[in-house]
Amino acid sequence: MSEAPVVLRLTGITKRFGTLVANDGISLALRQGEVVALLGENGAGKTTLMNILFGHYVADEGTVEAFGQPLPPGHPRAALAAGVGMVHQHFTLADSLTVLENILLGTGSLWRPSLGKGAARARVEALSRDFGLKVHPDARVGSLSVGERQRVEILKALYRDARVLILDEPTAVLTPQETEALFRTLRLAVGRGLSVVFISHKLHEVMGIADRCVVLRHGRVVGEVKTADTDRHALAAMMVGSEVTPPAVAPARPGPVLMRLDRVSGAGLRQVSLDLRAGQIVGLAGVSGNGQAAVSDLISGLIAPAAGAVEIGGRPVGRWTPRQAVAEGIARIPEDRHKTGTIADFTLTENAILEGYRSGFSRAGWMDWRAASDFAKGIIRRYDVRCPGPETRIRLLSGGNMQKLILGRVLEPGPKIILANQPVRGLDIGAIGYVHSRLLQARDAGAAVLLISEDLDEIMGLSNVIHVISEGRLSPGFARGTMTQTDLGLWMAGHGFADAA
Amino acid sequence: MEIFDILLSATFWAAAVRIASPLIFATMGELICERAGVLNLGIEGIMVIGAFCGWMAVYQGADLWGGVGVAMGAGMLFGLLHATLTVPFGLSQHVVGLGVTLLATSTSSFAYRLMLPEVTSPPKIEPFAVWPVPGLSEIPLIGPALFQQTPLTYAAFAVAGLTALVLFRTPLGLALRAAGENPAAVDAQGLSVTGLRMGAVIVGSGLMAVGGAFLTLSAFSSFFFEMVNGRGWICIALVVFGAWKPGKAVLGALLFAAFDALQVRMQQTPLGQAVPYQVFLMMPYILSILALILMSRRAEVPAALMTPFNKGER
Repeated sequence: MSEAPVVLRLTGITKRFGTLVANDGISLALRQGEVVALLGENGAGKTTLMNILFGHYVADEGTVEAFGQPLPPGHPRAALAAGVGMVHQHFTLADSLTVLENILLGTGSLWRPSLGKGAARARVEALSRDFGLKVHPDARVGSLSVGERQRVEILKALYRDARVLILDEPTAVLTPQETEALFRTLRLAVGRGLSVVFISHKLHEVMGIADRCVVLRHGRVVGEVKTADTDRHALAAMMVGSEVTPPAVAPARPGPVLMRLDRVSGAGLRQVSLDLRAGQIVGLAGVSGNGQAAVSDLISGLIAPAAGAVEIGGRPVGRWTPRQAVAEGIARIPEDRHKTGTIADFTLTENAILEGYRSGFSRAGWMDWRAASDFAKGIIRRYDVRCPGPETRIRLLSGGNMQKLILGRVLEPGPKIILANQPVRGLDIGAIGYVHSRLLQARDAGAAVLLISEDLDEIMGLSNVIHVISEGRLSPGFARGTMTQTDLGLWMAGHGFADAA
Repeated sequence: MEIFDILLSATFWAAAVRIASPLIFATMGELICERAGVLNLGIEGIMVIGAFCGWMAVYQGADLWGGVGVAMGAGMLFGLLHATLTVPFGLSQHVVGLGVTLLATSTSSFAYRLMLPEVTSPPKIEPFAVWPVPGLSEIPLIGPALFQQTPLTYAAFAVAGLTALVLFRTPLGLALRAAGENPAAVDAQGLSVTGLRMGAVIVGSGLMAVGGAFLTLSAFSSFFFEMVNGRGWICIALVVFGAWKPGKAVLGALLFAAFDALQVRMQQTPLGQAVPYQVFLMMPYILSILALILMSRRAEVPAALMTPFNKGER
């Protein structure tokens, strides 16, 4: 590959935000037909670098060249015109517009008299056929799944004849199947001479797709290796600067059933029965959108079952509401920490007492802010939340630190039942290890944990019992170590349920 | 039954179309602003300034179309003020909008007093005359209603058609709508959200001012301080009523105008003698509220309406 021409070259890129040096003299070259993975923990400077390359930020020092021509800094249009396309981590699509309209947005002159939808539709259809990006051009983006939206983003880039594709954490929101489909598309694209920069911190994916890995840490390039010459452990060590060991999982000592779902139906669930025992982690695996949200909402009290019963400690619950769930000692780590886990413009203190403000932090109807602040300070200290202080708005924290605060909030009262819905989504390796070890500690202290995740590695690594959910049906519980990834994958695809039914 | 006689009379429908015309201009203006993501509460004041400037220009010797142009320019100037404060500075669109309304309204009365200090009743101008469309105006009922109007009424319908065409058939309209749905998407394509939104607010404000100018240049022949009389607020409701679609918004304007024309005529009937006239005055508003409730339940609000966009911020 080394004789292929360089299509993209970054030289000595430095970017400072105040006193923080986000990028420190980074140089990087991408050759034609190559997939380079840009690895690094959250905050290592990956996204900043790509935003500079794409013209969203202006670098303090350094130059960007595409196909031998320098790109003027600060002009996304120049990058687009030079054939650089970017798929952002947070999709930049307008929900109420159609796929075709989203693709056409900003192509050509604004002052053309007509959109030329007919020709554009034919071209989009051809591209989606050629690259295996199945999506209907006239569908409204708002009605598409996350995987389909990503296909639209890639189509957008291809429609503009992108020859360099930058993907920022493309798999963070995808199911394993969608990830596989994405990789097939990328291989097709590379086969046609496209070059790809793939930003990720999921090492097994990087190993699967990249030719070369560039590792960033604290804004600097700390390593550059051919994928063939390295392995996951070496890369992980490079990313965090030391060897990482996943938390050891001690054998569980399961206790009595603390919470039971007894043939529960409603919200897409079909006769789901589930036992959560003290001192045990139950893993719920499945492709996104197969009923995980319903199970999560049910346990957190957001919805009540249409049929069947919810029992806690052997007694059926009465009116099932979120307040009831909190009162029963159910700790909830929600799937989306930005939307439901925190209130972005509230301080850490206010966020820390969201669930307990009525009991512990008020007297005779007046808030006891001193107690609240002490509570928040305690969480910050014990859960290692990196922040300027308890009066900081939580919006300013990184995902990992936000999640640590949520962990502190739910774990401090010593809950009996813990619902952990995608607890490490979007976190870096260091934070993932931390969250997992805290969940294991809670388990060992006698809590019943339900872990919902789309990451099979995570499920298999932590769970004592694994259930698979598919189209609202729950598989029997499989004991730890009795099922392989492939076995679980078959259940996830809906096999096996026919026999059970 | 007088009501049927009213509904079947050509003058009633002609009045409805006439009353709807200024609403259509201003509603299209507001719709363009909101589609780009900016709520423009300056509409009421901008209509006042349009009514005043158009009339004053003609009184000072400009021809009628010149007056329309001056009104539009004045509206665009206030639009520029609104856009500068709400788009690049990202200030609260409610506060800025109400501020612009207050400023524009009081600027009109200040300028009026300054320019005509000695006058007790405002001077009249010669407004747009009815221009019957040859042939079409001969059709019974429809002819007098639609084709015996002033040129400014025809222009209102043309503007509505043009707005729909631009919004849904051109790249510019697509970019505008995207700016109101997800400005980050626009930015990622290398287009300027600031430019699009400011442009929309300025052009939209120009149309609002023309709506105001219709009152002085086409409907009446003079300027009164109370003449806009809440029409701007009605237009904001009409945008919602029309679910941010030009065609439905025009229908809404016609419906409101028909109620308005109807209530005036109802006052003349025997029933009107028995019931206090204020009840009839309320009628169009009450019916508008009812229609609004029914129509807007499934409307899709532009997702980024009233959300300022700051480049480079997450």
